[in-house]
Amino acid sequence: MELLDVSLINWSRGQFALTAMYHWIFVPLTLGVGIVMAIMETLYYKTGKEEWKKATKFWMTLFGVNFACGVATGIILEFQFGTNWSNYSWFVGDIFGAPLAIEGMLAFFLEATFISIMFFGWKKVSRGFHLASTWLVMLGATFSALWILVANAWMQHPIGMQFNPDTARNEMVDFWAILLSPIALNKFAHTVLSGWVLGALFVVGVSAWFILKKRELDFALRSIKIGAIFGVVSSILIIATGDGSAYHVAQKQPMKLAAMEGLYEGKEGANIVAMGLLNPEKQYDNDEETFIVKMDVPIPKLLSLLGYRDADAFVPGIKDIIEGYTLSDGTVVPSFVEKQASGKKALQAFNDYREAKTAGNDSLAVVHKAVLDENFKNFGYGYLEKPADLIPNVALVFYSFHIMVALGMLFLVIFMAVWFFHWKKKLENVRWLLWGSLFSIPLGYLATQLGWVVAEVGRQPWAIQDVLPVQAAVSSVSTGSVQLTFFLFLALFTALLIAEIRIMVKQIQKGPGE
Amino acid sequence: MTTYAFLQHYWWFLISLLGGLLTFLLFIQGGQSMLFSLSKTEDEKRLLVNVLGRKWEYTFTTLVTFGGAFFASFPLFYSTSFGGAYWVWIIILFAFTIQAFSYEFQSKPGNVYGKTTYRSLLFINGLLGTFLLGVAVATFFTGSDFTVGKGNITNIASPVISRWGNAWHGLEALACPRNLFLGLTIFFLARTQATLFFINRLKHEVLENRSHKYLLYNAIPFVVFFLAFVISILLSEGFAVQDDGTVYMEKYKYFNNFIDMPVVGILFLLGVVAVLYGIIASILKQSFKKGIWYTGAGTVVTVTMLLLIAGYNNTSFYPSSTDLQSSLTIFNASSSEFTLKAMSWASILVPIVAGYIFIAWRALEKKKTDMDDINSDSHAY
Repeated sequence: MELLDVSLINWSRGQFALTAMYHWIFVPLTLGVGIVMAIMETLYYKTGKEEWKKATKFWMTLFGVNFACGVATGIILEFQFGTNWSNYSWFVGDIFGAPLAIEGMLAFFLEATFISIMFFGWKKVSRGFHLASTWLVMLGATFSALWILVANAWMQHPIGMQFNPDTARNEMVDFWAILLSPIALNKFAHTVLSGWVLGALFVVGVSAWFILKKRELDFALRSIKIGAIFGVVSSILIIATGDGSAYHVAQKQPMKLAAMEGLYEGKEGANIVAMGLLNPEKQYDNDEETFIVKMDVPIPKLLSLLGYRDADAFVPGIKDIIEGYTLSDGTVVPSFVEKQASGKKALQAFNDYREAKTAGNDSLAVVHKAVLDENFKNFGYGYLEKPADLIPNVALVFYSFHIMVALGMLFLVIFMAVWFFHWKKKLENVRWLLWGSLFSIPLGYLATQLGWVVAEVGRQPWAIQDVLPVQAAVSSVSTGSVQLTFFLFLALFTALLIAEIRIMVKQIQKGPGE
Repeated sequence: MTTYAFLQHYWWFLISLLGGLLTFLLFIQGGQSMLFSLSKTEDEKRLLVNVLGRKWEYTFTTLVTFGGAFFASFPLFYSTSFGGAYWVWIIILFAFTIQAFSYEFQSKPGNVYGKTTYRSLLFINGLLGTFLLGVAVATFFTGSDFTVGKGNITNIASPVISRWGNAWHGLEALACPRNLFLGLTIFFLARTQATLFFINRLKHEVLENRSHKYLLYNAIPFVVFFLAFVISILLSEGFAVQDDGTVYMEKYKYFNNFIDMPVVGILFLLGVVAVLYGIIASILKQSFKKGIWYTGAGTVVTVTMLLLIAGYNNTSFYPSSTDLQSSLTIFNASSSEFTLKAMSWASILVPIVAGYIFIAWRALEKKKTDMDDINSDSHAY
């Protein structure tokens, strides 16, 4: 039997990351600009003013270009679970597949059906029908995000399932626990809101360009006002859900939190790092300083407070998670070595169970099943070789997290400033703010990408937290095949992105008036 | 029948129905494959692109839902086929990915690669998407080269459950004539349906007349390849399953399935008749415009019934020609009873989905499409 090599796993990961990151270039703008255009069409419906219709159609054209790219990259993402992660597809397909199927049945058809009316129905259906179609497209897009994010949240915190040794897979036992998991709901809200922030940045930035060029001023001022208000609301909400995300990470994925904060040695009353430069020599098992330079947020004990809702709570560091630790409430968390031993015991018990079943020895099978059940929570650790396997890329997670947070704060300031100067009717004179708004658009993309880097790199090595590491999830295809498809996808997506950007720029230059 | 067995049958029926609907909706791809032949002038090309472009998302969404529903209801198929027949599925994915942006981009200023490039991508989608989907589905009857070992999961160095037996990873299916028959059947069927769709939807005399000619050119090879495929599978051995799950080869298995399930057999024949009626009536009578609805409905029924005989009546729907006992059945490849039940509740909403699709379709298609329609539409491609 051929052995899986590390390069296959890394290329498969790379291919999935490539597809997901390209997909996430297009989707958040769809979510955000879509809401803005729906708001504008609602204003058109209520006031009957052609200016609102003109603005709606302008943003709708950009939405359409972007939407097509999201669809193109999305289909590959869905099917890659099968092509590149076939073991995963069987091992947890019983749970993971259901949200994808429901997403297709209920959300995608809603989008696909009403998007035709939205684009081609201006002269064919009533204004009310058209408005309803636009909102239904957005409902479909958001609904679609819900299901895929429920699936993703479940991978970060697998619940509502039970391992069945007869079928060699995990099976769903509580649909509502999966759908209504606080982690899923928070992830849904946080991710959709990140799309709203990006959409608002895009609308504000593009409108700022029109104002700087002194073109389409009426349209630009209408749009920038909607964009800024939408941005302020979204930014405030995203801070709240960001807090929720970090809280859940602290509870369920302490290694990810430790990486986000560059925390190697756990402590009670831990601070949050405002900014810092990590020492590349630092390992969990050496005595090097973690940071070359570091500045904490000037509110003491904030990490303990936000992570555990207790300013004096113990926050475990990477070393603690490897060596085992005791939480403030007395909970003892075993070391890596203990979990690894338990995981290997689970794997062995599963093997023994199957052999006993094949031999028809049911009573022995019951004994092995009991061992398996007792150790299943550490099943995935049985595949790991050494403590370092448990640690994600700390620098990548740390910097991604801190840059994302800093950018989020910057965006809130920009939205508030734009709203303020618009209200004071001085916006056209504040050119530095207009230029700043325009150049914030790529920063918005950067922030949303970094958010996913934190979420996905931070949970490595797990495909399913504690249950299935990536090396046990991958398909058995040759590394060369995956390399070839990686570069094919890279070429296709890049060509697509270049065309998309150029079309968007041309459409913006053309403006809404023509 | 236990509840679990009922649910497994119910979900195989839904998968089959989705397969039938997808095959009907592939008329979009069929139309794309004729972009450079049926239309001669730029106006004609533009008309075809726009009349197809208002419907492409239905096909795309049905394909995505087909994949999602397969994943959720029969995850071992998803795991085995997609991870094993890697290259076939990757090429199909590529073929559909390039469709998704080609409509939207082709007429937009600054599209970098030019209109012809995007139309060529649509052509490729029409060619490969239909043909390879047919080849991939044909392996449901002819078998593939894979093994499944669920116990492999405990092998830390190599825990993969499903393994493909050769380095071609699915492309070897192209060497089997019966797979090619179905691939070509689907390709010519999609083109046949496209001509019927154009006859129904276009208000353009030249294109209508040309569509009638192309209908004949495509319907004849379609019927020939369809008969070749159906006769070959009905006369060949099929992958039968004993009550204990043992898979064995049975003579005339698929023919026997029609006999054992007469309703399926009768519906299959009725579907074929509807397909042929739509085609023949359109060929014989120029004024007959409703051929697409007869052929379309017939396609949905025929394909659904074909897929039912692949999975029902103790048949392996995804057989392994290498290791018979690795073959997938609706029993050993399905999700748990709980999951199938949960999704079945969600599937109750499908009639609502069908209802709003019907309303939206009617709203946009009250009258036939002509050049004036395209020229006055600000979002036209």
